[in-house]
Amino acid sequence: MKARIKWTKTGVLKFIGHLDVQRYFHKAMMRAQLPVSFSKGMSPHQIMSFAAPLGIGMTSEGEYVDITFDWCYSSEEMLSRMNAVMNEGIEVLEFKQIDEKEKNCMAVTAAADYLVTFRQGYYYTDAFLKRTEPFYFQEQIPIVKKTKRSEKKVDIGPMILDIHEEGEAIFMKLVTGSAENLKPQLVMEAFCNYLGYDYNPHGFQYHRLETYLKKDGELLPLGAVGHDVTKEIKNK
Amino acid sequence: MFDTNKSLALTDEVLMSIEKPVRYIGNEINSVMKSPEDKVRFAMCFPDVYEIGMSHLGMKIIYDMMNRREDVWCERVFSPWVDLDEVMRKENIPLFALESQDPVFMFDFLAITIQYEMCYTNILQILDLSQIGIYAKDRREDAPIVIGGGPCTYNPEPLAPFFDLFYIGEGETVYYDLIDLYTEHKKAGGSRKEFLRKAAQIPGMYVPSLYETTYNEDGTVASMEPLYPEVPKTIMKQVQMDLTNTYYPDKPLVPYIKVTQDRCVLEIQRGCTRGCRFCQAGMIYRPLRERGLDMLEDMADKMLAATGNDEISLSSLSSSDFRRLPELCNFLIDNYRKKNINIALPSLRIDAFSLDVMSKVQDVRKSSLTFAPEAGTQRMRDVINKGLTEEVILHGAEEAFKGGWNKVKLYFMMGLPTETEEDMKGIAHLCEKVAMNYYKLDSEYRHGRVSVGASCSFFVPKPFTPFQWASMCEEEEYTRRAHLVNDEFKAQHNRRSLSFKYHDAKTTVLEGILARGDRKIADVIYSAYQKGCIYDAWTEYFHYDRWMEAMEENGLDYHFYTTRERSLDEIFPWDFIDIGVTKNFLKREWNNAMAEKVTPNCREKCSGCGANRFGGGVCYESKNQMDENRCS
Repeated sequence: MKARIKWTKTGVLKFIGHLDVQRYFHKAMMRAQLPVSFSKGMSPHQIMSFAAPLGIGMTSEGEYVDITFDWCYSSEEMLSRMNAVMNEGIEVLEFKQIDEKEKNCMAVTAAADYLVTFRQGYYYTDAFLKRTEPFYFQEQIPIVKKTKRSEKKVDIGPMILDIHEEGEAIFMKLVTGSAENLKPQLVMEAFCNYLGYDYNPHGFQYHRLETYLKKDGELLPLGAVGHDVTKEIKNK
Repeated sequence: MFDTNKSLALTDEVLMSIEKPVRYIGNEINSVMKSPEDKVRFAMCFPDVYEIGMSHLGMKIIYDMMNRREDVWCERVFSPWVDLDEVMRKENIPLFALESQDPVFMFDFLAITIQYEMCYTNILQILDLSQIGIYAKDRREDAPIVIGGGPCTYNPEPLAPFFDLFYIGEGETVYYDLIDLYTEHKKAGGSRKEFLRKAAQIPGMYVPSLYETTYNEDGTVASMEPLYPEVPKTIMKQVQMDLTNTYYPDKPLVPYIKVTQDRCVLEIQRGCTRGCRFCQAGMIYRPLRERGLDMLEDMADKMLAATGNDEISLSSLSSSDFRRLPELCNFLIDNYRKKNINIALPSLRIDAFSLDVMSKVQDVRKSSLTFAPEAGTQRMRDVINKGLTEEVILHGAEEAFKGGWNKVKLYFMMGLPTETEEDMKGIAHLCEKVAMNYYKLDSEYRHGRVSVGASCSFFVPKPFTPFQWASMCEEEEYTRRAHLVNDEFKAQHNRRSLSFKYHDAKTTVLEGILARGDRKIADVIYSAYQKGCIYDAWTEYFHYDRWMEAMEENGLDYHFYTTRERSLDEIFPWDFIDIGVTKNFLKREWNNAMAEKVTPNCREKCSGCGANRFGGGVCYESKNQMDENRCS
């Protein structure tokens, strides 16, 4: 059975990179002694697929991983067994069965929500909060995208699906995924440019709230295509 | 909720501006958290980067053993990488322990494991960044007691002025006594100096400030005397004789980043019966002690369950000599292969048994087999007492090729005592023969080209080995020899199947200086550190020229430590330590080496090394069981 699992990454664990998170999950599954399915061949590995990688330093309450199991307990039982072996900072929130034919979460990721908060001592916060709307409604939101080989000017406007102030923070919904991807850091860099400030990466704290897939033109949380497991699913 | 976790010693800004911030945040699975009140605070340090230190078994044993005590909180400290080192100096951030993130200067003890000579400047970095004084004499009354342990403390003299105390031997035996003494002493309000004088009376504890060394005119040691009557003249190495009923880390930490040894480690035995004359571990860990099979099986189970690691590795100096190896291998294969857990079997002699076991646990086509002939000719192997013959190597390789392997690695040393040009060229010739053996096989056994990789290090004489009297070569001579071997490889028929790599000669020279150094070398280490030397074990940060300047500035000639001929009656700086193996035995072995005479394995015949006085070892066992093999 294929499960889609939603989890958080908070506290000091925000310093752990994507590859290390994968290794962390492999070991956690072994510690929990859960019946993860392994690939066939000379060097079998756990069948596991992560949604959009989260950059080092970012926190999240909307991460997803797909894991295939030979069999499983109820969602409630799986969550409690997993959380029993997790470190503070990584908590599994949802365990849902998805259709075997469902594409893995990495392939279907289409968007993500972020909350950007301001770290004290860097910027005059109000300058951002009061001008979020005019920033968003510019004709173009240009940014210089640097790759290893070249620098090119792109308009990130179409990839910002929403941006507005929310209390003392800025909320944004951005195109995310393996085909097209916009990082919130780039948006804040563009925002700084717009305001005439130098961009300082330490000035902001980035938190992911939710990750979405697109179904019939509508954005749904990645877990929406699954359902809770109410009783144990036996090995076929 | 989203912002800085205030419990870290480093700010987000610092952590986000350095490589691998995970090295400094602690919080790993199975790390031990306690409340600091009323605890003896013990910082256990491995003076190298996190990934190296976290792979070390000895540190895990001490961490586990110390934290079993309710009145002790043992935490970990590693060397900050060069990027963080720079930030800490600039911003005056004191070095901290990973668990509590508290500064090391708050601790009661700072225990540093000293595994190799090339980490000596890193030790100074640790002391410096901890802000507790580099020299022990400058340490304040409330600074942690700095203890050194590990294999390099069998010659602690080059580091003597930096440490308050050295623990000579295995950690399992008297650490609790030391903690008890400390607690009692602290309650009574005693001073630092008084504590050290009391500690010096615990067996195995060496307090360098309580001894005075005098030198002869030629620079060699004339005498080393304790300053007080109750301080022992000789320090007896500590040995944990029962390795079955003792501490073992059944819940090892699980690092987030990939460390060098990213697996569970099962130490099956300590010591070695082979008596290779260059090998320090083979002498200082005598006598041989095996762990019980039940204990090992139990530990394997517990460690894998507690970590979720997907690999377990055996560890010992010579795993093939472990008598219960077949049972243990079967246990591991039967229980863990089906759970997709890898089994790593290093240090196995290549024979029918090991090939069979290895074919069950690894992908034969992808893995390589390792031989350690150490020398290229039989004459040279007789000198070093490596009881591996060409016939055995060639036969083993042939069996391996028939079993499907076609990658072989061979380890050699150059610059061994009495080495001739023929011995050097013999390295290439032996590799050629191994390759020939492959091409002579029927085609059904051959899968493409064979790969025979020779890896060569230069020999460094170590204290407490029969070769402690050996002279080293000049750096240029090592390089010349390496080139000579390399040319010989190029002249072989199957040269395209052979590869040859060798270590850095400059590193070898420095290792030689430090390994057999005396107290005078301490100031050289200090000067080198002041010139910016740290991470000498990392080629990209090793500055040989700075070390040589430091030698000169302190008025020392490095030849005294490297190429000089030592007489058999010279007093060595480390002679005050008693490792059980006697100096007489080592002398006999040195003479046997010069006579190209082989000494048998302890299991065949006891050669009277002296280590059976600890009440164990294979000669002791057979004496007690049969009372036949006379064992002097």
